[in-house]
Amino acid sequence: MNRIMERGLVLFCWIFGLLPLLILLTVIVYLLIRGGNALGLELIFGKVPVLDALFGHRQVFDGLLPALTGTGLLVILSLVLAIIPGICGGIYLAEYSSPGEGRMLGLLFDIIAGLPSIVIGLAGFALTIILHRHYPGRLGPCLLLSAMALAFLIVPYLVRTTEASLRSIPLDLRLTGPALGASKLQNIVFVLLPARMNDLIGGIILAIGRAAEDTAVIMLTGAVASAGMVRSVLEQYEALPFYIYYISSQYSDAAELQSGFGAAILLFALCGLLFLLAILLEHGFSRRLKR
Amino acid sequence: MINAVKSFEHFCRAMAMGSGLLLIAILFMMAFLGWPLIESGRFIALFSTEWNPQGKSYGILPMVMGSLRITLLALFFSLPMSISAACLTELLAPRSLRRLLLIAIRFMAGIPTVVYGFVAIFLLVPLMREYFIQGSGFSIITASLVLAVLIAPTMIIFFVNGMQSVPRPYCAAVDSLGARPMQKFVYLLLPQAYPTFLVGIVLGLGRAMGDTLISLMLAGNSVAMPESIAESGRTLTAHIALVIAADFSSMEFTTIFVCGLTLTLFAICLILSIRLLDHFGSGRVIQVENPRRPGHE
Repeated sequence: MNRIMERGLVLFCWIFGLLPLLILLTVIVYLLIRGGNALGLELIFGKVPVLDALFGHRQVFDGLLPALTGTGLLVILSLVLAIIPGICGGIYLAEYSSPGEGRMLGLLFDIIAGLPSIVIGLAGFALTIILHRHYPGRLGPCLLLSAMALAFLIVPYLVRTTEASLRSIPLDLRLTGPALGASKLQNIVFVLLPARMNDLIGGIILAIGRAAEDTAVIMLTGAVASAGMVRSVLEQYEALPFYIYYISSQYSDAAELQSGFGAAILLFALCGLLFLLAILLEHGFSRRLKR
Repeated sequence: MINAVKSFEHFCRAMAMGSGLLLIAILFMMAFLGWPLIESGRFIALFSTEWNPQGKSYGILPMVMGSLRITLLALFFSLPMSISAACLTELLAPRSLRRLLLIAIRFMAGIPTVVYGFVAIFLLVPLMREYFIQGSGFSIITASLVLAVLIAPTMIIFFVNGMQSVPRPYCAAVDSLGARPMQKFVYLLLPQAYPTFLVGIVLGLGRAMGDTLISLMLAGNSVAMPESIAESGRTLTAHIALVIAADFSSMEFTTIFVCGLTLTLFAICLILSIRLLDHFGSGRVIQVENPRRPGHE
């Protein structure tokens, strides 16, 4: 490889390698310039006074409050559904399973993690069709169904994080508990899991981000453009990502488009915040290890 | 106490097995709902090029081709960017910039797809319309450009990991021979780490193929067989979303389950090929004594 070609390659790397960073900056700057003036309490609460809206005295129609609460509830519900199978599955893979069984289950979880999210949404939708044939009118597309589908979406992430963090525990720490007479269960619950708490919480936070941003799943399982505040988990609901998609395809005037930009900034900031939290946890962890 | 220990193990096993088996249940459910189409003898016709619900022809081939084209184009745009960024973060950039780049790239992996799509509609689409292609600006190439950005972080992270897993003694040997960064990349890192590189590329492919929102928002969604990449096209994923939103009629509706099955089979093939690559890759690394770089975080 001669000198000129190498120079060329280096130049190529600098130009194309900084492109992702440049695009990230463009997205942020563009969102702030176009949508910055939409930010404010009015974006979320519309023209209703904040306290009235929060206590449910008055309905918010032209604000993002219903979409925000919809997304919030959705994420919490799907996390509640996913956390026990996810963490227990991870513990099983790391601590109990035989190698063959572990490989088999690992393959299944990898496939689930690789499934297009719209397929998972379609599966949720198919469930309502099949249920509808046997018990008409019981379960339609609703918040609960979306949460179930999203839970299925994030379970493989939780399993894999739990498994990886348990596997990364050094042998001396792993053997200390049993040497003192602890049972395997005690060792897992009182030694191994607490030792990797930061990793676990980091993984859970990233899974939350994944659930909050996904649009394809909720689109097929019950998110609609206007449903008002969430009243029950068995009803259709509004959600932030779906609102952004909806506005992009059918906005009718400038004000609506502006609130679409506001919603995009909100969702972006939400995911950024979650990411920041995960990073901080990770760094806290590595500092503790060095001490 | 023994009892509690045993029952916890059984509980964990049930949880792991249960979530894994749900995948198989989902496959059966979609096959069951797509069955009428297969049974009615239109299975071969499914893979024809014509989609015309009035004329009772439900060929999904245009969508399959749309998906493939968008995915491969996205990969084509994304590869130079991803490899360069990985080289920057591992070899070329000064230390402080490396950290920044790595954090920015991990952050990019978490940006909601719908936000990318939303920004692209108002920023990239007018640009494409004005300067590059005729028509509305919603086209296969527009969607694949945005998808390229979407899948880049996944690939970059794998490329960087692959380079970091090259044995330390090899790096030291090459460094002490006075290799410049690009020489090190071309003659040492690339030949040593290519299985990991391939895994990253396959995962990027999977992400591009599985993404719904970008192609739904940017590709234009026409069902005709696309003639060129500057035309509008429809992917399998966008097709599912559009048909569900449109109506509930019988045969047209069952095709989406066939689309879903196609996507699932594709995902399974990708994961299996990653497994093969991993197997191949680990066979190479085992020969060395200390496969992990000691200084790595």
